[in-house]
Formats: sequence, C-alpha cells, structure tokens
Amino acid sequence: MEVNMEARRILAVSISKLYASRSQRGGLRLHRSLLLSLVMKSARDIYHSSREEDAPSGAQSAPEEPMETSSGPEVPEPQPLSERNSSETVSEESDNKAKDYDCDTVDDKENLSPTKQSRKRRGKASAAPDFLPNKRARLEPGEERYSAPLGSCRVGAGESLATLSLNQVIPAF
Amino acid sequence: MAGKRKLSERPGGGSGDVQWCFSQVKGAMDDDVAEADIISTVEFNHTGELLATGDKGGRVVIFQQEPESKNQPQCRGEYNVYSTFQSHEPEFDYLKSLEIEEKINKIRWLPQKNAAQFLLSTNDKTIKLWKISERDKRPEGYNLKEEDGRYRDPNTVTTLRVPVLRPMDLMVEASPRRVFANAHTYHINSISVNSDHETYLSADDLRINLWHLEITDRSFNIVDIKPANMEELTEVITAAEFHPDQCNTFVYSSSKGTIRLCDMRASALCDQHAKLFEEPEDPNNRSFFSEIISSISDVKFSHSGRYMMTRDYLSVKIWDLNMETRPVETYQVHEYLRSKLCSLYENDCIFDKFECCWNGNDSVVMTGSYNNFFRMFDRDYRQDVTFEASRENSKPRSVLKPRKISTGGKRKKDEISVDSLDFNKKILHTAWHPLDNIIAVATTNNLYIFQDKIN
Repeated sequence: MEVNMEARRILAVSISKLYASRSQRGGLRLHRSLLLSLVMKSARDIYHSSREEDAPSGAQSAPEEPMETSSGPEVPEPQPLSERNSSETVSEESDNKAKDYDCDTVDDKENLSPTKQSRKRRGKASAAPDFLPNKRARLEPGEERYSAPLGSCRVGAGESLATLSLNQVIPAF
Repeated sequence: MAGKRKLSERPGGGSGDVQWCFSQVKGAMDDDVAEADIISTVEFNHTGELLATGDKGGRVVIFQQEPESKNQPQCRGEYNVYSTFQSHEPEFDYLKSLEIEEKINKIRWLPQKNAAQFLLSTNDKTIKLWKISERDKRPEGYNLKEEDGRYRDPNTVTTLRVPVLRPMDLMVEASPRRVFANAHTYHINSISVNSDHETYLSADDLRINLWHLEITDRSFNIVDIKPANMEELTEVITAAEFHPDQCNTFVYSSSKGTIRLCDMRASALCDQHAKLFEEPEDPNNRSFFSEIISSISDVKFSHSGRYMMTRDYLSVKIWDLNMETRPVETYQVHEYLRSKLCSLYENDCIFDKFECCWNGNDSVVMTGSYNNFFRMFDRDYRQDVTFEASRENSKPRSVLKPRKISTGGKRKKDEISVDSLDFNKKILHTAWHPLDNIIAVATTNNLYIFQDKIN
C-alpha cells in the first residue's frame, strides 16, 4: 500500500512538473520531458498493479479517496513496466497531498525494481479509471489512431507538446 | 609570457601534494542573483591566457591573464576583463509560438591562427562565430577629415598629407563573423571544434550536424536518432565531442547512460556506431529514478585522446576507448545523495547537468556538486578531495581547506551533514587551465579562480 501511495505521490509531482514546464522560457525540453515520462511510467505501472491487487478484495473505495484507504491487501512484489503506446490513462489528484509522506525515511521504497518479472496486464486495470471521462476522439472511418504519449515532441505548426499531452493527462486541479 | 609554465609533476588535488589557493572571484557580491547573471558556461582557450564565460543573459565575458610580473616572477598573472559582448539575444519563433532563450549553452575556442582570437558560442538554436581583435593604433592626420571625423571644408585644404598610425589605448573589439542558424529543431546542447580546425559539430537532443566554419547556409546531418514514430522515443543525445586528434572520430552520450563512438569515414550518416560504451546497471540500485540518474550530462575526451570521461548524476566515469564493456575508473561524486533522490526529484535538482574536466596532463579530473562544493579525483594516487567556493574562504592566496561531508550518524567537528547542504548553491561548470594548475569554478553568478600554491 505504501508503494501505491509513493507511486501516486511521484505521479502527482511529475504531472505538476510537466504542467509547469509549459510556461518555461525556451519551450518544452525534450530531454526533461522524456525523463519525466519515464518516471511517470514507472509510477503509473506500480500504481495500476497495486490497484489490480486491491480490486479483487473489494477494498476499492471511490477513486478520489484512495489515499485515505488505510487498510488493504498487502502490496505484492513491484510490477514491471508494461509496453504501452500511449499514456493517456494516467490519473491524478495532484493537490491531494494530505498524507505527509517523507520518502527519505521509507525503507527502501525508492529502490523497488519495477522490472523484476514480466507480467501481462489484463482486464480492468488496463482501462482508464472509471472516474475519468474518455477523452479519445471519435475516429472517422478510415482514419488511423495516432496518439502522442507524454514526452514526445511534436513540432508541428502551432502545436505544443504540452497541449497534446495534457489533453491526455487529466489533472484534477 | 603567461601560459608557458610547465605543469608540475604532481598537479593533482591529492592532499599533501598540491595546495590550492584562492586567487580571484569575479561577479557581483550580493546574494540577490539576477537571472541574467547566472553563469552557464566556462572555457579556457588553448593557451589558457583567455578565459571565457557565458551567462543566461546571452553575454560573453572574456578574461585575460596578465603577463607575469618581472618583480615577482613566480607569481602568476591575474585574470582581468578583456572583452564583454552580447552574443545572443532572445528570439521568438513565430511558427511554433516559442521563445528562444538567449542563454549561452556552450563556448568553444578555435585554435589561434593569427592575431585575432575566435570562439564559437551557442544558445538553444543558433551558433555564432565571434572574432575578438585588438586595436592599439589608429590613423591620424587625414587629409579631408578632422580628427573627430567631420569633413573639412574643401576650401581649407591647402596641403596634402598622408595619415599615419599612432598608438592609442587598447581597444578590444568583438564582431560576429558567422551566424549558423536554422539547423536545429531541438535544443542545442553541445558544440565541438574538429582537430582539422575547419569543421565543427553541433548536437541537439536528436541530431548532430557537421559544419564548415566558412559556410553558414548549410550543414551536414551526421547523426539522427529521431524515431519515425515519436512514441517510440526512448533516449536523447545529451553531449557530443570530437576526438582531440582524429578528425574522423567523435562521441555522443545519451540519456540512457550510453556513449557511442562514430567514425565519419564509415558512412555519411553515422547512425551506426563504431563502438558502444555501456556499463550494465547494478540491479541493487534500481529505483524510480534510475533512468534519470544514469543520464550522462557531459562527455570529455582526455587530452591524450586515449580516454574519455562521462558525468552522470552521482558519478564520474573514465572509459578507455579500447574497452566498451565498462569504465576503467569510477568516482563517486556525492553518493550520499542516492537515498535522497525522491527529494531531489521534487526540487528539480535531479535534472541538474554537471560538467567535468581534465587537467592538462590527464592525471586529475574535476567536477562540481552542491553547497558550492567541487571535487577533484587524482587518478594516479587514487585520492579525492572536496573544496568549497565561497566568499568566506576568499582571502587572497589563502589555502583551500578540504571539506568533509558526514554521512554516518555521528558528525565530526568541521564536517557538514548532508541535511545542511544548500542545494541552491550548485557548481555545474568548471574549467582547468590546459597547461597549468589554475582552475575556474562557476557558482551561480560568481567565477572563482584558484591556483596551486607556489613555494
């Protein structure tokens, strides 16, 4: 459970960094965005895998309050990064920092290996959390879906990375 | 003449061998730092006589070492301001609605060919070649003009006279000779002059371009790691440098902690590396932030060309170009930060890009850290030392005292605990005189010059 909380916290921090980098002078930095996305991917995967463990036991309360769930099943061994083409299912409440969480004193939570075993993701955990609206655009027939993940730098005219990625990341602020 | 001193036999930072002394500090003294004054690059020229700094405001300041005084032949000359100029201005890319920062990312000197000095300076998008020349004579006695430049009334001209050159106060002029623009979609992180003295490379996050110094309207793309589908992007280029002697060889480092050595003779596009330097990751150190801290922030060839050094967030690694599997030496810069990565991620320090440098004979390497600390690693004697660049330790010729950080429970006297380190005071840029034991260390907005004590 602590891993889950840590993952959510890191996710929250990462989202706010990504958001802040929109207004940075000089435009979005590809390197920084890539590193943020790598951290977010790890954190998100751990979060989802923890939720996957929660779901069967029915301890899942309203998604807005997972941080307040103090009891729950034991978090299993950290989950690997899964192969995903888009990261639009990231969920977040970045202002929910109710838990005063000191990462430095957490025993070894930072050094969890997200890539110990490979594991296929199935079922609900791979779908967007149900409190998030589905932001995928309806496709016209014949059109191919082409969504950009966090961290990509699309340098088309008038389009900024942030606009694209933040449409897919739904912050709760 | 300054710069001709021979490198002493043991120039390292090892305790007991070399004593480093404060020499000078440049920059404003107030604590309130103007953002434009933040130093973003430091570079000695090839003789060490000139020291250039670039800042966030797009300015370049060049210091020149005074010749050794005849009265005190053993005392090295001071560095004083030689030239200051605005290299880059903020620009706006209207097509992408992006502001282009004027911050100078890198300065590289060209080897001197004539009386003038040349340097390349770059911001995120544009590289400029600057000529810095001295003028110490001016023509006087024009036939048709007054001394102030106004034209004389032709009726008053009764004799013919030829202007003569007369001495004047030294004036140093900087003029932009070339502007290399519009070749980089992403942000330029490196420039490197080739040993052929005719070409140079510039690298951004995904591409490396080769330029001829005389030609500004085109460049050759020699590395392109942009994937066809940007969703598949997994790494970016973080630094690149030409080999010091082999004009066909260059290296580039990546955000994944790998270094690729490329040979331009092999093909026009060097996407296929000739060598790949990579150390397997220690599985015990895996964390959320493993990828960030393995990203290489700087790569530098040794002067000999046999080795190269890389800097990642926590360590400095020396690689033998003949061995790709692992570095030959690894030095921990601030291992005590490994348990603090989460906090360093939150306060953005984990994204800091530290540089590193070699001394003139490749026996010592240096890099910066936090709390205005900088570290030297003596490769021959396996010693390392930590010094602090601060105004408190800035009495002229005062010897720098090694600093110690207490990592265990009990803090000894004079040790600093990790929790009291100031992470806003970081030394990202350092430079070592190519021929002498003089170092330039940049704190946020001050430039410190230290030199070894001469007995």
